[in-house]
Amino acid sequence: MTKPGSSAGKRKALRYGAGFAVLLAASILVGASLGAERLSIFSLSETESAILFDIRLPRVLLGACVGASLAVAGAGLQALLRNPLAEPYLLGVSNGAALGTMVAIILFGSFEFARPALAFGGAALATFAVYQIARSKAGMNAERLILSGVIITTLLSSVIILLTSLLDATRLRSFTFWLLGDLSQATMTGFWICFAAAIAGTLILSTQSRALNLMMVGERDALDFGVEVGRTRLAVFAASAGLVGVAVSASGSVGFVGLIVPHLIRLFAGSDNRFVIPFSALFGASFVVLADTFARTLIAPRELPVGAITALIGCPLFIWLLRKN
Amino acid sequence: MLEVRGIKAGYGGRMVLDGISFEVADGSITAVLGANGAGKTTLVRLLNRSLDPFAGSVVIDGRQLADLSRRQIARSVAVVAQENETSFPVSVLEFVLAGRFAHGSAFGWESERDIAAAETAMNLCELEGMGHRLMNELSGGERQRVLLARALATEAGTLLLDEPTANLDLSHQAMMFRLVRERTKGCGGSAVVITHDLNLASEFADQILLLKKGKIAACGPPEEVLTEDLIADLFEVDVLLDRNPRTGNVRITTLF
Repeated sequence: MTKPGSSAGKRKALRYGAGFAVLLAASILVGASLGAERLSIFSLSETESAILFDIRLPRVLLGACVGASLAVAGAGLQALLRNPLAEPYLLGVSNGAALGTMVAIILFGSFEFARPALAFGGAALATFAVYQIARSKAGMNAERLILSGVIITTLLSSVIILLTSLLDATRLRSFTFWLLGDLSQATMTGFWICFAAAIAGTLILSTQSRALNLMMVGERDALDFGVEVGRTRLAVFAASAGLVGVAVSASGSVGFVGLIVPHLIRLFAGSDNRFVIPFSALFGASFVVLADTFARTLIAPRELPVGAITALIGCPLFIWLLRKN
Repeated sequence: MLEVRGIKAGYGGRMVLDGISFEVADGSITAVLGANGAGKTTLVRLLNRSLDPFAGSVVIDGRQLADLSRRQIARSVAVVAQENETSFPVSVLEFVLAGRFAHGSAFGWESERDIAAAETAMNLCELEGMGHRLMNELSGGERQRVLLARALATEAGTLLLDEPTANLDLSHQAMMFRLVRERTKGCGGSAVVITHDLNLASEFADQILLLKKGKIAACGPPEEVLTEDLIADLFEVDVLLDRNPRTGNVRITTLF
């Protein structure tokens, strides 16, 4: 573990940051080349060029933003709630966002900005509900938090299923696919919205990362040593809800990214959130791009929802973490 | 100088402390004694405003605690309290550096000055070379020393210690109190210590505050406050008092 001193810290940030940036660039290149149609990026025919720029690149780039958003939100929530199992999907935050998206689709049709806005609202409400249910006079333990997440997830799922009965059959199928986490509907507008949210959310959480280092140890401790606990909590909840809301409105509930990515980062780079948050953004982006590439190519020309791939990796990790604690 | 004026405090509607006033002079140690539930921990929480009082005020060096920001408070008051367990792999050095949060920028990196303060504190607490160990791999006594190191790293003038010797063996108990005394006498700081060890209080404290059901039962120098009647009243045990032959301080023996 590197000494978190000023110069040593910056060197470490640069070294790892450069590594993760190279990995992300490579993932995007791989994601753009592979698929139902294999493209050689450097000599494209006209149709291939259309496939690349109109279909595949928006999808790969959106996947990167979704991955970064979910991973950063997971890292932030875990530190804030002192629980390595906290994850947007497991806490019901993703389902809150999904419900918000659905309401937006029903009320505002295809108006592209309504979906992220209402998804943010849904995510924020779900976060607040889970937090209120999980906390008690005796504080908040890991089990209580996860159980609250399960309850809120179940509740929101039922409401979503009730609402899907309002959709017609063709929309229903694409919607079900989307619920499981699906990047196939990617557009460049969707990408830019998600990109802006990912950058803003990561920056906000980065300003809280030193405070989160203290919160991670204990809320009382953090207060004792000078953290404005209420302000940090509000900033982290709002930023995570924003990140998850926008990501889910674009791609559905891709689960477990927020669990897997920060955990792997902590294994390699330690628990200091000044590293965990930015590295999670870069690595989360690579992770979802690669998982989606896998989902597109495994049974090509048919596709799997990317959420199924991330859940296949995430569930065993969750069980392992649960056993370890 | 730490002044507590007419504090009433509690949780929700429940009154835990009712009308507490006392002063802690610079360079002195005050021990807070009392039975379980007497309000000792609540009192310490008020002294760094991690709890707001219903009424009354706490003044540090002429400044109302209520007027200070959390960071300002953390720079002048440091706490050693029962710690929460963390499930994250946090290293000892990272943990001690949390004591430097209120210095410099709230984000960004610690300065060389911060690192130096943390390392000095770790050396004082006999933790040299342990900076890279993980908190959840330490023994109870080691963790307790890390908590003290984090408090010393703040370089705050006032130390609040909530049962700091729990988990410590005899030699480290002595070390803990020696460090607290050096910090208070040497640097003109002050300390408020909650303890159940009457003899440690008698040896190390300049002033003893006896709390009973949220009110002050007695407050003064150890030899005035540590009387058989007061102790019997407070803890409902019979004790034998004599003098420590070496230091001349009051020595308490519980009679069973």
